[in-house]
Amino acid sequence: MKAFAQLIKALDSTNKTNQKVEALANYFKTAADSDKVWTIALLSHRRPKRPVNTTLLRLWATELANIPAWIFEESYHIVGDLAETIALVLPHPKGSTEMSLTEVVNEIAALGSQTEDVRKSTILERWDQFNYYERFVYNKIITGGFRIGVSQKLMTRALGQATGIDTDELAFKLMGNWDPKTISFEELIIAPSEAAAVSRPYPFFLAHAVEGEVEQLGDISQYSFEHKWDGIRAQLIFRAGTHFVWSRGEELVTDKYPEFDKLLDLIPEGTVLDGEIVCFPDGQIGDFNLLQTRIGRKNISKKLLETHPVILIAYDLLEWQGQDLRSTPFIQRRELLDKLVKKIGRGTPLYLSSTMHFKNWKEATAERERSREKRSEGLMIKRKDSHYGVGRKRGEWYKWKVDPFTIDAVLTYAMRGHGRRANLFTDYTFALWHEGALVTFAKAYSGLTDAELKEVDSWIKKNTLERFGPVRSVVPQHVFEIAFEGIAASKRHKSGVATRFPRIHRWRKDKKPDQANSLEDLKALIP
Amino acid sequence: MPLLVFNKNGIYCPQADVYLDAWRKVPKCIVTHGHSDHARYGHGQYITHKTNIPIIKHRLGKLQVQGLDWNETLLVNGVKFSLHPAGHIPGSAQVRVEYKGEVWVFTGDYKLQDDGLCIPFEPIKCNTFITECTFGLPAFSWEPQEEVFNEIDSWWATNRSDDVTSLLFGYSLGKAQRILKNVNADIGPIYVHKTIYDLNKAMSEDFDLPEFTLLDTSMDKSELKGSLIVAPPGVQNAAWIRKIGAQTTAAASGWMTFRGARRRRALDKGFVLSDHADWQDLLTAVKATGCEQVIATHGYTEIFSRYLREELGLDAKTEATAYEAETIDQTQETA
Ligand SMILES: [Zn+2]
Ligand SMILES: [Zn+2]
Repeated sequence: MKAFAQLIKALDSTNKTNQKVEALANYFKTAADSDKVWTIALLSHRRPKRPVNTTLLRLWATELANIPAWIFEESYHIVGDLAETIALVLPHPKGSTEMSLTEVVNEIAALGSQTEDVRKSTILERWDQFNYYERFVYNKIITGGFRIGVSQKLMTRALGQATGIDTDELAFKLMGNWDPKTISFEELIIAPSEAAAVSRPYPFFLAHAVEGEVEQLGDISQYSFEHKWDGIRAQLIFRAGTHFVWSRGEELVTDKYPEFDKLLDLIPEGTVLDGEIVCFPDGQIGDFNLLQTRIGRKNISKKLLETHPVILIAYDLLEWQGQDLRSTPFIQRRELLDKLVKKIGRGTPLYLSSTMHFKNWKEATAERERSREKRSEGLMIKRKDSHYGVGRKRGEWYKWKVDPFTIDAVLTYAMRGHGRRANLFTDYTFALWHEGALVTFAKAYSGLTDAELKEVDSWIKKNTLERFGPVRSVVPQHVFEIAFEGIAASKRHKSGVATRFPRIHRWRKDKKPDQANSLEDLKALIP
Repeated sequence: MPLLVFNKNGIYCPQADVYLDAWRKVPKCIVTHGHSDHARYGHGQYITHKTNIPIIKHRLGKLQVQGLDWNETLLVNGVKFSLHPAGHIPGSAQVRVEYKGEVWVFTGDYKLQDDGLCIPFEPIKCNTFITECTFGLPAFSWEPQEEVFNEIDSWWATNRSDDVTSLLFGYSLGKAQRILKNVNADIGPIYVHKTIYDLNKAMSEDFDLPEFTLLDTSMDKSELKGSLIVAPPGVQNAAWIRKIGAQTTAAASGWMTFRGARRRRALDKGFVLSDHADWQDLLTAVKATGCEQVIATHGYTEIFSRYLREELGLDAKTEATAYEAETIDQTQETA
């Protein structure tokens, strides 16, 4: 437990990815095998069943700390994290323990079947033996939700450094259902996996934004056009009798999108598709909000599959009949892709991102204007002869987004910023008029110049109405034009509207707060 | 009429017509310490501890000031004022106010830990205790200073052996000198930011700080490699910081108790080192005064005073002041 707590402290003590990787790699080089497995499990949100509810934990912590319950709750409110609050309010430990992480986790797992008295005495005993970080970690194992900035990617890099195994292979090994109670480090990580090699995706090729006038791209006959879909970029891989779904963050998400399982019988082995996963309820592309619901769910229920089905809008073919097609010209790859998708036909979750060709830029511009009707974000412009490169390469693929929606809103709340702007109020909440009151509709963090930020910041400090922790409500006085990319009705938002990528377009110093838009104006923008 | 009242200008003694740590311009003001939220510009006359005089002159420029020794009595219209160590920063004082046998104490800012730099806090019996409670929450519990400096030393030593420069942020008045005084100066060269350098020079020689060099942002960055740079938190985002090459950043503050505070400020490391009293020390300080009434000012005033009322049976209330004890993310030069 000491080594694991030290690791968490080390991960917590740096913002630099390389140092985090190094701390993890060092741990993987030295820790006991069973502790390593549990470390991987805990940092990828697998944990033993919660043996006690948080109400009891709070109660016991309050008792041990000898403080009234209300002050514990106030502290929790301010600290914002239960595991951390408990670790902070407990008196300094009287003892210490050499228990290993595995022993601690097993003890927690076994507590579930014990009487409440035993659970309490065990947890109190541990609290009294652990230092701050051990307590914090212990509480986190019990309550769940380890958020310490260790992504799957960081974990695989560290494991790769410690074991010399390829990171893509490791990513594959860490996927799916494995049980830290029964699996060994050898089985999980070290043993070679043929399936891992088979699952490997290609690095994604990315587009540049069109800068300046689109006509500067030159001869339009050299380009192929498509709409730009707003979903998650993904590769679907069909090899060796099985299939894999990789998302752009290079995460293996096969389990999250079981819709694609049925393609396995239809698509030949040795095929890799590149495209966009979008939500597709009622036979049309849903807004990103719906997809967000899918991304956020761990358990994909039958009901969710009915209400939030997804499809892949395919736009490229990277492998065909086991051959890497990436250096074949785009237009030839598309011919093969179009044939494949058309052959598979309707009734499957595989759709085609149709290519378009224009005689002049005016026609292209007119098509771009229709993007919102087509539920796209704008156009993609790809050179017909382009190879499928690595990363972002100039002069091959372009994205040409539509102009954003805009609306004038009133600044109502402000929060301190992050990182280099932690000393300024830079995170703002904006509201629109509805029946004589201001209703919050969006938060926005960016878009002002440094000078404007400073000006708003000092105004906020002088015009605060109330403080709620780091948040302040301010006098509703300033109007800002807020730009956003998408809009949809939403039950989760108080305003009934969700906007995508809201940001500050400009400060409307010329407008009084009563000249800001209304919620009804906003709703009128919903397609 | 209470001996001290809170009005729009500051804490006021009507009988003596004297203010304590006024936040607006007043004719006559007793100043507890040099932090900018307590020592404001523009008063007619300043009364403060002698150690504090060069500090406030350095910060506020020319002013009319009367210096007092510890325990020295200043009599104004029958009211006895005296200053007593608050242990917060060099020259920081509590103000004892006595009139017709009734005693009030205003703490300014204080801590009970001996920081090896300033004269430690001295408890004073009183009827009414006006106390700060910046960290008036059971979540705050300081480790012994030695342990914190062991951590700082080993952080610096490790960085130095990796050829990485250690940037440590702390308030320029008080925290910076406390760091200089207690850090192991044998590890390597120490540089200080100009605001700290100037303050160190302005302060009395008695503090016996180790050798430090003025950080000149135009100097060759290889010179800085592996050194310790002590700088005020406000410069964390300054352009020159990016230019000094491989570096790791840390802050020394009570707020570093919260993991979130360090992360929000994008620091690599947070050392929990505060010039204010933690929860237990606040309670100890209150109890030591034997007071009947407590008035809590800046910090978690509502929570702290409720605890005193409900758990200790004291007559405790809060008063609003303009002292900036507000936030975790605070990087202004006040404390
Ligand atoms: Zn202070
Ligand atoms: Zn203060």
